[in-house]
Amino acid sequence: MFPAVLVLAAVAAGTIPAAAALASARWPVRSPAAAIVLWQALGLGWGLAAVGALAGLGGLGGSYRDEGQHAGVARAALAVAIRAVRGVTSGPQAGGAVWYLRLVAVAAGLVLLALLCWVLLASSATVLRARRRQRELLSLLAHGDPKVPGALVVDHPDAAAYCVPGLRSRIVISAGTLELLDQAELAAVLAHERAHLRERHDLVLLPFTALLRAFRWCAVARRAESAVALLVEMLADDHALRHRPARELATALIRVGTAGSRAPSGALAADGAGEVAVRVARLLRPAPGLSVPALALVGAAALLLVALPMAFLSIPF
Amino acid sequence: MDAVNRLGELERAIMDVLWEDPEPLTVRQVSGRLTDRDLAHTTVMTVLDRLAKKGFARRERDGRAWRYRAAESREAYVTELMLNALDQTGDRQAALARFVRSVSGAEARALRRALEALEALGAPESPESPGAPSPGLPESPGPSVSPEDARRG
Repeated sequence: MFPAVLVLAAVAAGTIPAAAALASARWPVRSPAAAIVLWQALGLGWGLAAVGALAGLGGLGGSYRDEGQHAGVARAALAVAIRAVRGVTSGPQAGGAVWYLRLVAVAAGLVLLALLCWVLLASSATVLRARRRQRELLSLLAHGDPKVPGALVVDHPDAAAYCVPGLRSRIVISAGTLELLDQAELAAVLAHERAHLRERHDLVLLPFTALLRAFRWCAVARRAESAVALLVEMLADDHALRHRPARELATALIRVGTAGSRAPSGALAADGAGEVAVRVARLLRPAPGLSVPALALVGAAALLLVALPMAFLSIPF
Repeated sequence: MDAVNRLGELERAIMDVLWEDPEPLTVRQVSGRLTDRDLAHTTVMTVLDRLAKKGFARRERDGRAWRYRAAESREAYVTELMLNALDQTGDRQAALARFVRSVSGAEARALRRALEALEALGAPESPESPGAPSPGLPESPGPSVSPEDARRG
């Protein structure tokens, strides 16, 4: 049992520096999809391993073996929890301090699990509410325009374009953007936004937004969310490239990005700047994607990150 | 689906009327201004009621009648709509997907220079040749650069 907990703890601890390394790596911009899969594996792997390690600590050296069989980490933790509930009603167990420590560990695991589920639900609720409000306002204020078929136009002088993902999705272009871009560039913007909607990139980003909500103080969580958000933009750029030349998308990015704003701004996002340059650069000077062996390596790593914790959670040792 | 669209259209038409007039209006007055439609009085009343419940319209009693006005100006709502897209703070809202972040200052100037270079080149970018003039992008990053490097830029 102890080795299982050790492996889980190692995976949980190891995903942190791995995430930091991935955030600083250079290869993701060459194959954003592969990098996103790896990010997802890191997130899921960390979650499983962290909850598992805590719960497993609780099950260590326990008397669950009285039943005459070994148990995997998950079952052991469950046994401890059940015993604890019974113990509360029938008085403290013998071997007091260690027992309570084990209880604390199992409880911590459960709390972490509950926290992760909670932030996912809460983030989803926030997102759904914000989108409903957007759709309400759009139905009152926006109108169509032949220059941007299939999209809605809002009469605002600043340049902005965005989409509202979901089942009733919308693409929104500001009047300022219509003035700023030519027909080809507008088509490129639409292709980019449609890619977001079709590929459901919002669902890809949601778990990372949720994780950030739980661990806002953690630099790695912030870097993970930033990295995935940028990679998702690159994915949409790549999809748009299937229909439009790279140049139009690049010039559209620069025009809209540098248009400035008359709206009162909060802290100027200096860190947003590098992201635009990276996107433009990779459009104009595309680098070859990862080689097949490299992709296979990334895939294998992702698989391992998820399979390992799952195995050590369930298989009896 | 058709009924939903029609309702949305009516709400819109009625909000347009409310936005046009700074004075609070009765149902009859609103009806009267919707000249290009043939709407039953009760329909207008129902829609105004919905708008009030949704918070877009406010109503006050004037004798026996209700008077309605828009809760906020049209501009205020447009600003609200665009706020997420224009917002320059670091907080990313997962509710929307913005096309591109706003940049300013030195980075914006560098990007604009790149744009000018692109336009001067005219023809579409030809694929890679090491000696080719590159539109002087900020840091001229190789295509294989980490987003964080660019951010630290």
